[in-house]
Amino acid sequence: MTYRIQQEARKESLMVNMGPSHPAMHGTIRIMLELDGERVLNAELEVGYLHRGFEKICEHKTYFNLLPYTDRLNYVSPLINNLGYVMTLEKLLGIEAPERAQYIRVIMSELSRVSDHLTALAAMTMECGAFTVFLYMIQAREEIWNVIEQTTGARMTTSFIRIGGVRADLHPNMDPLLDKAIDSTRKLMKDCHGLLDKNKIWINRTRNVAVISKEDAINYGFTGPCLRATGVYYDVRKAHPYCVYDQLEFEVPLGDNGDNYDRYIVRMREIEQSLRIIEQARKKIPRSTSPSQLMAEGIEPAEAIKASRDKKVEAKIQLSPNLEGSEKEVYPDILSERKQYIVPPKEDTYTNIEGLINHFKFFMKGHGIRPPKGDVYFSVEGGSGEVGYYIVSDGTDKPYRLHLRGPCFHIVAALEEMILGHYIADIIPTFGSMNMIGGELDR
Amino acid sequence: MATEKKKVTEVLKDKFPEKVKDVSFPLGDETIVIEADALLEICRFLMKDPFALTMLLDLTCVDYIGEEMRFEMVYHLFSITNNNRLRIKIRLPEKDPAIASLTPLWKNANWLEREVYDMFGIHFTGHPYLKRLFMYDGFEGHPLRKDYPLRKRQPMIPMRRKE
Repeated sequence: MTYRIQQEARKESLMVNMGPSHPAMHGTIRIMLELDGERVLNAELEVGYLHRGFEKICEHKTYFNLLPYTDRLNYVSPLINNLGYVMTLEKLLGIEAPERAQYIRVIMSELSRVSDHLTALAAMTMECGAFTVFLYMIQAREEIWNVIEQTTGARMTTSFIRIGGVRADLHPNMDPLLDKAIDSTRKLMKDCHGLLDKNKIWINRTRNVAVISKEDAINYGFTGPCLRATGVYYDVRKAHPYCVYDQLEFEVPLGDNGDNYDRYIVRMREIEQSLRIIEQARKKIPRSTSPSQLMAEGIEPAEAIKASRDKKVEAKIQLSPNLEGSEKEVYPDILSERKQYIVPPKEDTYTNIEGLINHFKFFMKGHGIRPPKGDVYFSVEGGSGEVGYYIVSDGTDKPYRLHLRGPCFHIVAALEEMILGHYIADIIPTFGSMNMIGGELDR
Repeated sequence: MATEKKKVTEVLKDKFPEKVKDVSFPLGDETIVIEADALLEICRFLMKDPFALTMLLDLTCVDYIGEEMRFEMVYHLFSITNNNRLRIKIRLPEKDPAIASLTPLWKNANWLEREVYDMFGIHFTGHPYLKRLFMYDGFEGHPLRKDYPLRKRQPMIPMRRKE
């Protein structure tokens, strides 16, 4: 089948391929262009270069095992993808995370949102020539990622948010690092505002470029910053509040034009709001009920396993650093009480028979998490819009069907139309402002 | 909200008594099951006030292999003004599954339907450009169908020649 653009081609125009491997194409995506000089007459997108069969794989994995795959969808804000999947499943199972876990989820997803927006804007500005801004933003992102790394143990593929709660409690030494991250992000954002907001070159490149109207944006299924840039008030956190967002104060920044500049400024303001949410959540988070924050005391794990061969071990067990924050005592704070849905504490698994049985029941094929029959849709506010999951369960331990509503799928679908009549050079900031993420788009 | 929610499905039931087969609220998600031939008509009706379900949030398909009406199309509509979602389900037969395209109403239906065509082989009548979205031309079969094996390999396609 020939491409639409070839069928519609005019006689004297020039056909140019942009991508699939092009420095400005963030990942791999191909834009076929029909040009008259520098003007875009017609465009067609070809996607699917990053298709990994996410949905097919999920049908063959258990509910617990497929969690790491959700990290790889939007790989700059993996925590929000985890959250979306986990909360969809929780809705199906009818469980709720403890309050402290919900605050941890909010803090983590806001940190991810900041890093997502920073990445999108950094790429967009760099492609317009503002390399200083790129470096500033990447520096701020680095600080944010340090905080994420400290608690979750990973920078990108975190798999931190678990069914019924989170994997670990916040790191005991998180406060100074988070302070530093928030302060330096604020400072760097101020510099970026100063460099760009009234910059003539930046304004010329972005103002009134790739304008999309309210009606068109809704018709295309836009969500997130791209929709709000057109002036439509819709944020999943406000419309369908989840976790503890209804107890936190924040604003939803709106644009009015729906052009590239508005998408930029909305993202910049959202970063500020996200930092505000983090600060509030830090103050409001219920205190941990665990007596000690650090688990240096207690007997050696190896000793405990040896002792458990003769009789039940009552003493406290010192844990290895890679399980930091997930010792038995903090479980009530961060995970649901419903034992059949959570990984049992490692101390129990290795030292007593009930824990071992729990462990087997959780991980064995055909046992594990088996939601009731039915289907469910749930969505959270991701970095670039509404991240929704549609899960169909047939009562077994694997999803019968799992479908992702990726926000940038709908946004990138509009690119063909948005760049018509603009110059080639305008494609770059337009594409950057959409925050196309290959993992989420191609699945 | 609760009274309004009931309204959408109730009004639909009154207005299209033969087309609406079932109404349910699993886990609070409003769901209606309708006949395939009424899709465009019902969607046109829902887009207008007072329901204003103006956004096509999602469109996908589920393969119930072994059943006579094998495929189930699932549409999620959303109204920004009323802040409510509606799920529409339609069953399609195993042989030559086809349904009206929603491209005249929603622009993002174009890509969403291409994806479903690619993954499930559902035909959308009236779609302007029904071409595989993620897979390449020359790919055989539809990967998300339940009878497509997980680890099936496809032969390499020959290099495209310059014409």
